[in-house]
Amino acid sequence: MGTLGSLRGKVVASVAAVGALTLVVGCSSGDDSVTGGGEKDGKTVITMGLYGVMGIKETGLLERYEKENPDVEIKAEIAGDEQTYYTALQTRLAAGKGLKDIQGIEIGRAKEITETQADKFADFSGTPGTDHFLPWKESQISTGDGKVLGLGTDIGPMAVCYRKDYFEQAGLPTDRAEVAKLWEGDWKKYVEVGRTFKKGFKGDDVAYMDAASGLFNAMVYGYPEQYYDEQGELIYDTNPAVKEAWGLAADAAEDGLTAKLRQFQPGWDPGLANGTFATAVCPAWMLSHISEKAGAANKGKWDVAKAPKGANWGGSFLGVVEQSPVKEEAQKLVAWLTAPEQQAHIFKEIGNIPSSRTALESPDVKNAESAYFSDAPIGQIFGAAAQEIPDKQVLGRKDGTIKDTFSQGLTLIEQQGTGRDEAWKTTAERIEKAVG
Amino acid sequence: MATTSTTKAPARRGALLHRLDIKGAPYVFVAPFFVIFAAFSFYPLIYTSWISLHDVELATLDVMEWVAFDNYVELWGDSRFWNALQNTITIGVISTVPQLLMALGMAHLLNYRMRASLFFRVASLVPYATSVAAAALVFTMIFERDFGMINWALGSVGIDPVDWEADKWPAQVAISTIVIWRWTGYNALLYLAAMQAIPADRYEAASLDGASRWQQFTHVTVPGIRSTIVFTIVLSTIGATQLFGEPLIFGQGPNGVTGGADNQYQTLGLLLYEEGWKNYQMGRSATVAWAMFVLLVLVFVAQRLIRRLRSRTS
Repeated sequence: MGTLGSLRGKVVASVAAVGALTLVVGCSSGDDSVTGGGEKDGKTVITMGLYGVMGIKETGLLERYEKENPDVEIKAEIAGDEQTYYTALQTRLAAGKGLKDIQGIEIGRAKEITETQADKFADFSGTPGTDHFLPWKESQISTGDGKVLGLGTDIGPMAVCYRKDYFEQAGLPTDRAEVAKLWEGDWKKYVEVGRTFKKGFKGDDVAYMDAASGLFNAMVYGYPEQYYDEQGELIYDTNPAVKEAWGLAADAAEDGLTAKLRQFQPGWDPGLANGTFATAVCPAWMLSHISEKAGAANKGKWDVAKAPKGANWGGSFLGVVEQSPVKEEAQKLVAWLTAPEQQAHIFKEIGNIPSSRTALESPDVKNAESAYFSDAPIGQIFGAAAQEIPDKQVLGRKDGTIKDTFSQGLTLIEQQGTGRDEAWKTTAERIEKAVG
Repeated sequence: MATTSTTKAPARRGALLHRLDIKGAPYVFVAPFFVIFAAFSFYPLIYTSWISLHDVELATLDVMEWVAFDNYVELWGDSRFWNALQNTITIGVISTVPQLLMALGMAHLLNYRMRASLFFRVASLVPYATSVAAAALVFTMIFERDFGMINWALGSVGIDPVDWEADKWPAQVAISTIVIWRWTGYNALLYLAAMQAIPADRYEAASLDGASRWQQFTHVTVPGIRSTIVFTIVLSTIGATQLFGEPLIFGQGPNGVTGGADNQYQTLGLLLYEEGWKNYQMGRSATVAWAMFVLLVLVFVAQRLIRRLRSRTS
């Protein structure tokens, strides 16, 4: 036994050593050790870190830039979901290593970046030709002393996407103007229509909406303040806007109007493909996701109607890392990518709404229609919704995390059958933990 | 004089070298492991304990605020910790016990003379060679609420669909299934190797004494592979304590990090990850890591104590 034991020890030790060595080698050969690109073979290499479907690579803009600037080579790395991306970005910012020259910044993280990482991002305030954005967009990524840490890509004005065929079966109107009239001006009416839908729809496999969290987000983002006040104090537990949204979302969950899904997670996608829900509150950037996941079989069954109230859900920025060896070229690229023409191009291709005022007013955007969504005039609908977004929006450091925690709190009501007060208590405790 | 000293010196040096070779070489051979252990295990261990005494955020690791044992006190009073501990234990039990029993039975079957035995032995190891991510993802789809295979099968025999993710026990069973699927074959092969080392004459002697197949199994096979069984129990306990990838992927995205909306299958590993990579609180995350380490040490000590007590009574 003794010899066998020591033999096993040696085998284990050598296996561990080989494993550890591979790790070491793996680390040093990866391109994680340096920041960004640089000059290579007479070309300027610019690296980008993006997430989700920002449309920059997907619509061929990078290739066009490379063609117009033959001495530039762009390498973009795209992470699937933003939370994973942001976690990695934080680690890299802390280590000062492995950063890309250009990094995407989601609106929920903007405040944290401007408050804690301002010195690590380059200033755009002096970059020419960047005065075409919506007034509130650029202020979200600016520090108190006037440093601008990024340029805006898209914004998230909202509408409601609905299945015409299901509405017809439930005895509801299907025309988008009439549908919009059903819930005009008040989210309560949207839930009320849900109750009518539930009564009228024959069969029980179709829920009125996908998830209570979609409704909740749509409601809170319609107010200037959500989870923080302007002084940066947490106000989520006293803010009437949050309370109201929570209450209505809980109503919808308790009345069984939701399909009890989690947005953007795998269970949601087959729900879209198989049509297990009739409506979804949809920010502009969600259209590309719906059309992709619901698939060609459902083309023309979906339509888009104006939401009860305007609100902004999501949207992103592109920032350039201060220590990037190709800082100026990277800033030039960001300015080009976020210029009105390019934003209009992305909108035409995949439906992300421009954060550029000039682009919003261009005929390309204004007159756009979506073939997938029954030729809905999405340019008009989302353009009008963009006008309704409150001019002042107070962001907070942990907005993104708090939003996720509230979504999960609503899942408690939907899936676990937890009482709404209990679920609120749990959510509040989790938020206290998260903001630390 | 001069000549003797010159002839003696190399001889003495040779003897010294020889002694060094005999005594020192083993240390040289094991040194790489310990150097790497020091760099990748011991140093992180010490650094983690240092972090756990501070308030630190992931993005600003250089800004540390000394809080002494506050993190530990807070963890002790945190219901999430006790919930995670409980989940770790229950998932550990419902995955480890069936897994080892099934592995034992499988090894027994593989030990028989049969056709294509090599094929079956290799096949039983395939799940082990599959990545956690791939396996967990496939099982997540199989256990899916609306369109999963299992609910479809249940529905076809008239049983109501089970919400495998949202309900506590179904979720823990589903996660255990992934663990069992991956590790049963691996343990079976370990048992098989040990079984083949049992001398055949013991079985002969047993059958001469009139022992049935089952009696042979319980009285010859199981005692014969006892040390291997202990070894797999230790390995499985460590594995169960650190369970992380399976529940994370099973829960999908942010929901997996918290082990479901109600933390219904959040393990200690997931709590560590949630504190560090969702709440970005490295101090609290390091505290959970140390709690896990202490837990393993406690289990180990308890096991030694029980063994000593048992050997004293017998």
